Amino acid sequence: MENLISIFVRSIFIDNMIFAYFLGMCSYLAVSKTVKTSVGLGIAVVFVLGITVPVDYLLNKYLLSAGSLSWISPALADVDLNFLSFIIFIAVIASMVQLVEMIIEKFAPALYTSLGIFLPLIAVNCAILGGSLFMQEREYANIAEATSFGLGSGVGWFLAIVGIAAIREKIRYSQVPAPLRGLGITFIITGLMGIAFMSFMGIKL
Amino acid sequence: MSNTKENLFSPKNIKLLTAPLSRENPITVQVLGICSALAVTVKLQPAFVMAISVMAVVAVGNVVISLLRKTIAPRIRIIVQLVVIAALVILVDQVLKAFVYDISKQLSVFVGLIITNCIIMGRFEAFAMSNKAWPSFLDGVGNSAGYGIILIIVAFFRELLGSGTVWGYHVVPQFMYDIGYKNNGLMILPPMALIVVGIIIWVQRTKDKVLIEN
Repeated sequence: MENLISIFVRSIFIDNMIFAYFLGMCSYLAVSKTVKTSVGLGIAVVFVLGITVPVDYLLNKYLLSAGSLSWISPALADVDLNFLSFIIFIAVIASMVQLVEMIIEKFAPALYTSLGIFLPLIAVNCAILGGSLFMQEREYANIAEATSFGLGSGVGWFLAIVGIAAIREKIRYSQVPAPLRGLGITFIITGLMGIAFMSFMGIKL
Repeated sequence: MSNTKENLFSPKNIKLLTAPLSRENPITVQVLGICSALAVTVKLQPAFVMAISVMAVVAVGNVVISLLRKTIAPRIRIIVQLVVIAALVILVDQVLKAFVYDISKQLSVFVGLIITNCIIMGRFEAFAMSNKAWPSFLDGVGNSAGYGIILIIVAFFRELLGSGTVWGYHVVPQFMYDIGYKNNGLMILPPMALIVVGIIIWVQRTKDKVLIEN
């Protein structure tokens, strides 16, 4: 249990998807103009990450990693399907995003219209694929750890996008040099927030 | 093909190649493909390898999609595009692992993340789906070159200021260290990449006022 909480907190603050790895930057920069839409997208990302990481964990354990096919028959023990992982992971993600899209359309039509094009774009949000690839690289011991990592990274992404959206709403009233307006200042603020988040790095969990 | 055969390097085609380098730069103007741009720029060499890999995937993918464009049903185009991208990225990944294993280790998950690099999807959607193969190829090369240039500029400054090297060779002379120069460790940390890109945007928009946002 302690281990799970530590993975969760780690992936929110120390290994934050945005500030430590720059994953999911494109939608982060594009959707963060208002707090309201960014909360919606943030929740969708938490949800998709929370499902795809454990599903991909199972696929990786029982299908893709070296020797993982031995549960079918010992003859398959030295088959290594690792090179297929990109295509399998992206297929899982694309279908999950489709599912989330249908759920949101059914139960929260207002949010559905306000997110518009960015909902299907979650499929090409690198934070999602990155979550699965990091899970594969870090070799989490069991599915509970993988789930806690997936949810944690989702929450970290959520925090980041809501934070920057709040700042961008305020900054509209300040005097930013013209060439920096919009994209430029958002980059620099994200950089500063990243430096702030790095102060969590010294914490051992 | 009723009209006369267009020159392979007509002004229009040249423009496809050069526009993404500045005014339509994928990173600083279209805001595509930021993630990988920032993450692999600590050193020049991985950034260069990354730029070449992306170029291979976009250029070849653009041609493939452009040749297939009449047969792809609009409903399933995203899945078709993702499959094409994923197949090409797997190829690139295996080639990197075979020939430059060290660099492919440094790039770690970011080679896989080329799949979700929005430049590729963006170019497929915006260009290859409605153009012939040759212009699509040029468009792919142009856009990935625009991406690569930013990658290389950022990596150059981060490596120079952060480790005092360029392409792994020491360029800051020893006497500078002797009189008290220190490498700026901050440049190696991820957030500085964002700030460097922010500064590039600032410089570019100061020079080219058309790009200024309201």
